[in-house]
Amino acid sequence: MPEPAIEFREVTFRRPGRSPILDRFSLTVESGEVLVLVGRSGAGKTTILKLVNRLLSPDAGAVLVEGRDTREWEPIRLRRRVGYVLQDVGLFPHMTIADNVAVVPRLEQWPPDRAAARVDELLELVGLPPPQFATRWPDELSGGQRQRVGVARALAVDPPVLLMDEPFGALDPLTRAELHGEFRRIQGRVRKSVIIVSHDMGEAFALADRLGVVESGQLVACDRPAAIAESKDPRVRRLLDAMPAVPRGEEER
Amino acid sequence: MRALLTFWLSHRTELMALLGQHVVLVVIATAVAAAIGVPLGVFAARRPRLAAPLMATASVVQTVPSLAMFGFLLPVPFIGGVGARAALVVLILYGVLPIVRTTISGLRAIDPSIREAGVAMGMTPRELLRQVELPMALPSIVAGVRVAAVVGVGSATIAAAIGAGGLGEYIFRGLSMVDTTVILAGAIPAAALALAVDGALLWLERQLSARRRSRSRRATLTAAAALVAVVLLTSGVAARRTGGTIVVGSKNFTEQIVLGELLAQIIERDAGLPVDRRLNLGGTIICDRALLTGDIDVYVEYTGTALTAVFHQPVNTDPTAVFAAVRDLYARTGRTLLPPLGFNNTFAILVRGADARARGLKTIDDVARETPRWRAGFGYEFVERPDGYPGLAKTYGLRFENPPRVMDLTLSYRALAAGQVDLIAGDATAGLIKGLDLFQLEDNRRYFPPYDAAAVARADTLLRYPSVRAAIERLAGRITADDMRAMNYAADAEHRDPREIARQFLDTLPAK
Repeated sequence: MPEPAIEFREVTFRRPGRSPILDRFSLTVESGEVLVLVGRSGAGKTTILKLVNRLLSPDAGAVLVEGRDTREWEPIRLRRRVGYVLQDVGLFPHMTIADNVAVVPRLEQWPPDRAAARVDELLELVGLPPPQFATRWPDELSGGQRQRVGVARALAVDPPVLLMDEPFGALDPLTRAELHGEFRRIQGRVRKSVIIVSHDMGEAFALADRLGVVESGQLVACDRPAAIAESKDPRVRRLLDAMPAVPRGEEER
Repeated sequence: MRALLTFWLSHRTELMALLGQHVVLVVIATAVAAAIGVPLGVFAARRPRLAAPLMATASVVQTVPSLAMFGFLLPVPFIGGVGARAALVVLILYGVLPIVRTTISGLRAIDPSIREAGVAMGMTPRELLRQVELPMALPSIVAGVRVAAVVGVGSATIAAAIGAGGLGEYIFRGLSMVDTTVILAGAIPAAALALAVDGALLWLERQLSARRRSRSRRATLTAAAALVAVVLLTSGVAARRTGGTIVVGSKNFTEQIVLGELLAQIIERDAGLPVDRRLNLGGTIICDRALLTGDIDVYVEYTGTALTAVFHQPVNTDPTAVFAAVRDLYARTGRTLLPPLGFNNTFAILVRGADARARGLKTIDDVARETPRWRAGFGYEFVERPDGYPGLAKTYGLRFENPPRVMDLTLSYRALAAGQVDLIAGDATAGLIKGLDLFQLEDNRRYFPPYDAAAVARADTLLRYPSVRAAIERLAGRITADDMRAMNYAADAEHRDPREIARQFLDTLPAK
């Protein structure tokens, strides 16, 4: 069995003077798998992602990426190997779509024609035809289109690990379902090790290979979606009961 | 209104030169202020605790009236004193604040999630600054530069007070002449320039705020830079003279105007060429620039002034060495320094003629025996400057009964004559030396740097008209300090026409 892509070992993280956000939190993401973490707002989901690319460092325990402690990684190298799709996308408003996607290739000093070819490839992949979108500006795009650009940007230098923070949170249900399908299609081709955090159980069922439930800084359940759906744990049931209906995304799997 | 137009038409080359100086002052000051203000703003934006005191300091600087600021800087070595350099320092100080302020606010306005996106993508702090933060803050920074430039256009008018040139020359000249036309001749173009600068930078700001590819943004900046270059070039070209006559210039004090008349009349007499008189041109820098651009062909400069004020070389007290050095420096810039006229307009240590005769005083060494029982009175400048009183006292071992009294230079001549003080430092060619029967002691230890008067001319003019050179050289060594004092006295005390004074002097020269 290959080593896990990401591993949290008994990780504790706290803001000074407050109760811990993560309390001896452990988690494993296998290579090529999509793990969706679900929990209420404030359960520490974003913190988990930021610990992976070392925007934050654990107070106790260790986070391992590709078998190496994040504190041993050179942070710049680590971050360029970990694609990150932010909650509110965070596209650079002063750059065109193509320039936004090409940010990390430029940082890595790719030759311009190689970067340009990669941008075209990625925009095709996320369903934004380059002739139509490459030279446009972020504020000329709809929310769903911006999310796609965010995904393309995170994938630009083909990082083995992808982190997605509520990537489809701000979208209307139709666009959302459409993007869920797109995501499964893209993941089928690129096979990344992915952590997605979401507060929406429906989204989790639509996207996850495995599904984790985070509460009070701990992982209270983590299993295949079907097993989670059967769970008797009251903390899991509360989230399941809040779900409006069986999401359509699930059938697509 | 008609008077104003006439003034502009008749002074158009000078107007263009002053406008050019003004623009150059503001452009350089604003560029330097941006070069200081933007990094300072970046620094402060990252350290909020430092930002507040920094802004407070900058605001205090901003509230100091510019004339007072020039005054504060006068005695400061290197950056202070008189001239374009001190003016630049003041303009830069004023320009930094708005640029720092807008840089900070531009950086703070950036959405934290965008900054976080940059960090998460593996940007180093430097990459984040250059690729994300500065480009996003650029419109705001340009807004600050715009404020700095407009403030600069205004403050630069005050810079004329310390001899930095610019359109303020007319304003101050007009104020001293109590001539509204001359004041307006400077004030109106300055206001127009402020509006033009404001408009141009506002346009640039709008261009940058509007979405543009980074490439076309660069094009916008390039276009703006090219525009500035074109303005500078055209102002230089417009200042170039067209006619075929010889143009004689002078600075703006009596002796210079008399010397200008002397040059003009001897060229008219000997070379038979028509002469255009551009006398009373303002300070050294204006005359030098006018000569360089070809607005004038010749004027009289002093070797010590040329060495320090024009070419920024260290002081030297050997007259031959100074003359040779200045002649070489002029030659390298297409100008020819002609032989000295004869007198040295340096500092003069003066005593009453009666005392000198009664005690047989000839040199400063002679007077050093007497001074422990004497009182001295010096102008403020002489007490302070390094080649003034402190060095003099050391060189000659001068001691006085009391510390020297500091007084207005012009008053000190009267104070000496009236017996309130016994020794002063004046100008060697001051007309009052003759009028009040004062005596100049010889600087036998050569403490004071030489200020030998000599005509400096454009080399190409002298090549084209060899007769002009011959005419001016006929004055070489002919004007003694006594001659110059007499002519200054005739103009200042007797209110005689410099033209008449010059004619009389030339009549006494031996025929060629």
